Amino acid sequence: MLRALVGAATLAAAVAAPALAVDITGAGATFPYPIYAKWADAYRKETGIGLNYQSIGSGGGIKQISAKTVDFGASDMPLRPEELDKGGLVQFPTVIGGDVAVVNIKGVAGEQLRLTGEVLADIYLGKIKKWNEPAIMNLNPGVQLPATAISVVHRSDGSGTTFIWTNYLSKVSPDWKQKVGEGTAVNWPTGVGGKGNEGVASYVQRIDGAIGYVEYAYAKQNRMAVVLVKNRDGEFVAPSANTFQAAAAGVDWKAAPGMYVILTDAPGKRAWPIAGATFILMHKVQEKPENGREVLKFFDWAYEKGDPLAQSLDYVPMPDAVVRLIQANWKAQLKDASGKPVY
Amino acid sequence: MSAVLPISETATTDVEAARAPRHASWGDALFENLTRLFALLVFALLAAIVVSLVVGSELTLRKYGPSFLWSAQWDPVQENFGALVPIYGTLVTSAIALAIGVPVSFGIALFLTELSPVWLKRPLGTAIELLAAIPSIIYGMWGLFVFAPLFQAHVQPKLIDAFADIPGVGVLFAGPPLGIGMMSAGLILSIMVIPFIAAVMRDVFELVPPLLKESAYGLGATTWEVVWRVVLPYTKVGVVGGIMLGLGRALGETMAVTFVIGNAHQLAASLMAPGNSIASALANEFTEAVGDVYYSALIELGLLLFLITTIVLAVSKLLLLRLARHEGEKT
Amino acid sequence: MSVATASNARYRGRKRQNVLMLFISCLAVAFGLFWLVWILGTLFYEGGAALLRAQLYLQTTPPPGDDGGLANAIAGSVVIVGTATLLGTPVGILAGTYLAEYGKKSWLASATRFLNDVLLSAPSIVIGLFVYTVYVARMKHFSGWAGAIALALIVVPVVVRTTDDMLKLVPNSLREAAIALGCPSWKMIVMVSYRAARTGIVTGVLLAVARISGETAPLLFTALNNQFWSLDLNRPMSNLPTVIFQFAMSPYADWHRLAWGGAALITLAVLGLNVIARVVFARKD
Repeated sequence: MLRALVGAATLAAAVAAPALAVDITGAGATFPYPIYAKWADAYRKETGIGLNYQSIGSGGGIKQISAKTVDFGASDMPLRPEELDKGGLVQFPTVIGGDVAVVNIKGVAGEQLRLTGEVLADIYLGKIKKWNEPAIMNLNPGVQLPATAISVVHRSDGSGTTFIWTNYLSKVSPDWKQKVGEGTAVNWPTGVGGKGNEGVASYVQRIDGAIGYVEYAYAKQNRMAVVLVKNRDGEFVAPSANTFQAAAAGVDWKAAPGMYVILTDAPGKRAWPIAGATFILMHKVQEKPENGREVLKFFDWAYEKGDPLAQSLDYVPMPDAVVRLIQANWKAQLKDASGKPVY
Repeated sequence: MSAVLPISETATTDVEAARAPRHASWGDALFENLTRLFALLVFALLAAIVVSLVVGSELTLRKYGPSFLWSAQWDPVQENFGALVPIYGTLVTSAIALAIGVPVSFGIALFLTELSPVWLKRPLGTAIELLAAIPSIIYGMWGLFVFAPLFQAHVQPKLIDAFADIPGVGVLFAGPPLGIGMMSAGLILSIMVIPFIAAVMRDVFELVPPLLKESAYGLGATTWEVVWRVVLPYTKVGVVGGIMLGLGRALGETMAVTFVIGNAHQLAASLMAPGNSIASALANEFTEAVGDVYYSALIELGLLLFLITTIVLAVSKLLLLRLARHEGEKT
Repeated sequence: MSVATASNARYRGRKRQNVLMLFISCLAVAFGLFWLVWILGTLFYEGGAALLRAQLYLQTTPPPGDDGGLANAIAGSVVIVGTATLLGTPVGILAGTYLAEYGKKSWLASATRFLNDVLLSAPSIVIGLFVYTVYVARMKHFSGWAGAIALALIVVPVVVRTTDDMLKLVPNSLREAAIALGCPSWKMIVMVSYRAARTGIVTGVLLAVARISGETAPLLFTALNNQFWSLDLNRPMSNLPTVIFQFAMSPYADWHRLAWGGAALITLAVLGLNVIARVVFARKD
């Protein structure tokens, strides 16, 4: 039995001779998958170099880069500076997006309903049960709200979208923070779960009186009624590329060690409060510097020329100042085994 | 086919006695050892998988011990995990799947072997097998986007009206119709296991020597009696094998269940309520799980599924043994 | 059971029971076909148009907003599923042969049979995880091989189970006849047992292929996927189930269409394989 196993193992090892890596592999977050695919396609047409990115989830991205099975990982949740140090990793943001609250209430159109973070938290805690309760009515004078019961819809699978959503609710509601907290999956006090953004969107569209959260692109593509949310500066803003960008602009990236920035509840008059950046993770010491260099070349190209492509898919590119900061970080932090900068 | 045949389901010792000593050649030894090697390989594979799961779940095995089994907690934020909800969901959905799937498969196999005109046999058999060819993710997507809305609007309200007030049964049908939940998952699973069970049943039914059936018909037995009293007992082991094949699929099915079970970590008696199964919890949460305890808890769920399968199998083996003993008493 | 002594009423009762049961059997067939028609209807309604476009087979997976096809995923799936079947089927048939022809009720055979049944219900994601741990994590890269091995691990128990069951149902008299003619037992198994149980064994292999060709979960952590054309088994390899999953869960309508097209394609391919295999094996009779 043992002999058979050893035999099979040697056979497998002989067959799986190390591949000459011209192409680069990355894996992780689902949210940026469409734009990375779009960039990779355009980049390949221009340079002939294929960059294969696959969405296996943010958790998977973090695990795979730690296990060194990929050239770069991707995550919607930034790692804390101490986590980065522990794993010998650096991270940098690529694009910005946001969670939007979508509703299905008879007589309520898109960008009509106004809610605050506290009210959203109370709805998701199950404390506000009907659409015509005073907490909601007071924010929406002039909107005809029915006495329909609120059906809360959340994600049933673990997700970076959920992380951003619960992170925001934790920031604005002490009650939420204490009872539920933040994470890619949490112990939901109420509601039904839909699989993926598509699942949540489908539920909200079907159930009268439903509220859910999805990534912006899903709300836009499915033409769903979105909610205006009050931001930190007290303004009610609608989700859009502009308000996502405003959220990113209001943050001092330089002061954040390891670029650990979560864009929820960001300051700024026009800032959308439930925005988030998505991150790339790489090892500080590049064992295969030529691969590392190709990865950086790709993202350099993407920052330079990829903005229109990103905008066409409703992603918000990083502000130029942040890009310059990222490029400086590459030079300072990414080294090959002998200590020479990779890029 | 042969003329004289004892009604025995396995090769008996007389064959062995006949062939072993006289025809032992190097070819025989080689072939026997070759096949044994591969049987051992299967054995080794499973052992390796179980070992890797035990290693992967060491953290939670130590942290919670056996209490993991009966805790209904599942809080990734506070890192508090228990497996009761997914275990319950796995068993309930598989039970629903078999409760619907086995009789239907039997009916299909009966139709294919005894009733169907010859020209219809092959196309119909292929059609049923085609149910196995549909990718499980399609069952999931179809279940969530097509089946669940209709089930929610038209079937569940009627079920609730009909059963909710009956004491005892009522709890199974309590709650609002959501479309997704354990009943939808079980029903879709039943469709997925039908081709497996039906195909095997059909094949084993066809292996019954015609002489046996003809003798029964000759005695004036009806078609049903022939199938129930002659075909089924003769093929018992094969039929159970087919059911096991289906059960295996039902217990471990991932993608289809993931879409429709609701993935809610709550314990509900009602079949209408969303629940969770081990495989769907793994599929839903594994890719986004961060933190060693969370990861380890998910792997332990995988390990538990093996444990459940082992218990279910052991019970079914015992049932078969008892069945055999009863028959011994009858004759 | 003697008909001669049965009263007329009892005879009518038996007849009625027979008709009722046969009617229920017809209902069972209708039940199965109902779901098949419904699901296939959805599948081809959504994916039929995509199937008819030549691009589907000629171009690689596009980014959202561009036109493209599934050529890389189709080729990858054929290679991975083909390799997995070639790896898994011989193992399964030989192990099944041991169980039915040699091991029978011995300790080793019973234990293997039992463990095989356990393996049968292993969730595919656990299999993927196992291959990830022992292969991908060590090799430090995702590869088509890893995907094929993971799928082969799903093929094996299905084939073992069906081979074992089918061989056991081969009447002993056939074996006895061969042995009596002085045939060595290995030849008896190959020439007699395998032939007699051929249809059933082929069914087992086909069911296994049907099962793996739509599997997403074990490929995600092994073969990964590839946006571009690659038939190198040592690299991440594209495959239909993963592409379908990723595209179906995206917000873009053009990706949705491709996902449905891919799903319809898998189903058709497995159907085609089924029909071809049946025809080929039936002709030898």
